[in-house]
Amino acid sequence: MSEPVSAPVSAPVSALGGASFQGFATIREIGPLGMITLRAKGVKALGKAVKAVTGTKLPAPRRIEVNGDRACGWMSPDEYLLIVPYAEVSAALASLAKSLAGEHHLAADVSDARAIFRVEGDKAADVLRKLSPVDFATLEPGELRRTRAAQVAAAMWAEGGGFTLVCFRSVAAYVMGLLTHSAQPGSEL
Amino acid sequence: MLILTCPCCGVMADETELSPGYEAHLKRFGPGSTPEEFEAYMFARKNPKGVHFERWRHTYGCGKWFLAARCTATLEVFGTYPAQVSEPPADIIARIQARRPDWKADWQPDGKAPK
Ligand SMILES: [Zn+2]
Repeated sequence: MSEPVSAPVSAPVSALGGASFQGFATIREIGPLGMITLRAKGVKALGKAVKAVTGTKLPAPRRIEVNGDRACGWMSPDEYLLIVPYAEVSAALASLAKSLAGEHHLAADVSDARAIFRVEGDKAADVLRKLSPVDFATLEPGELRRTRAAQVAAAMWAEGGGFTLVCFRSVAAYVMGLLTHSAQPGSEL
Repeated sequence: MLILTCPCCGVMADETELSPGYEAHLKRFGPGSTPEEFEAYMFARKNPKGVHFERWRHTYGCGKWFLAARCTATLEVFGTYPAQVSEPPADIIARIQARRPDWKADWQPDGKAPK
């Protein structure tokens, strides 16, 4: 017998329940964060629409504009990643729908489709160097780099004494394994 | 290792960040074409030792398609350019001709680069 569904909506949980590892750098799974994929190109109201949600300007190509716990990242010539507190996604989507009414765009809540990691410490870049074909020596502050972490897609940027890495939730455990292995004490580059 | 600069996002992308899309500038032959034209469009591909034009996709980066001119024998890259063109742009052609004086643009009747 099936019961009518009337239970309260359960609290959001991150992919790995906040797993962490202490190696030569600190690995922390964080979140959940509110994340919105916004696809639009050549839309006049775009800058204002994003500012109303994140409080940032529209990022230049391959940049991320951070404003406290909100941010807007440039993902491709027609795609932005908006980060907001998890509980504010619905309000943010409503705001975008209003600002961009009548304009060709797509805004989707992808919060639960993502996993987010922090890699912190003096040698945090060494952890990522082993996993991605990125020249971290030339990665600029505020630069958002989409690349791969071993076999899966990832986006990363330097922030607050380390790096923030975003990947698909379905590969969260794989990425945690990568980061953990890469941060093994004694394996510094 | 092949490194191509994606013209859509500017990243110098390692080959492992890209997916190959094979020969560029194919002209489509569909309904109304002869069987020979359709067969050539469908199956016949260039396989040069030397200058070649290819489609690539920045799969792990911005996700966009772009085109590249390179030498299949040496892996020298002459340049990359947006995919929304039916022929290589003049600056790419000029760079190829500077490096490979004997090379001829095979899509031109006289083998000369487009003006
Ligand atoms: Zn790209």
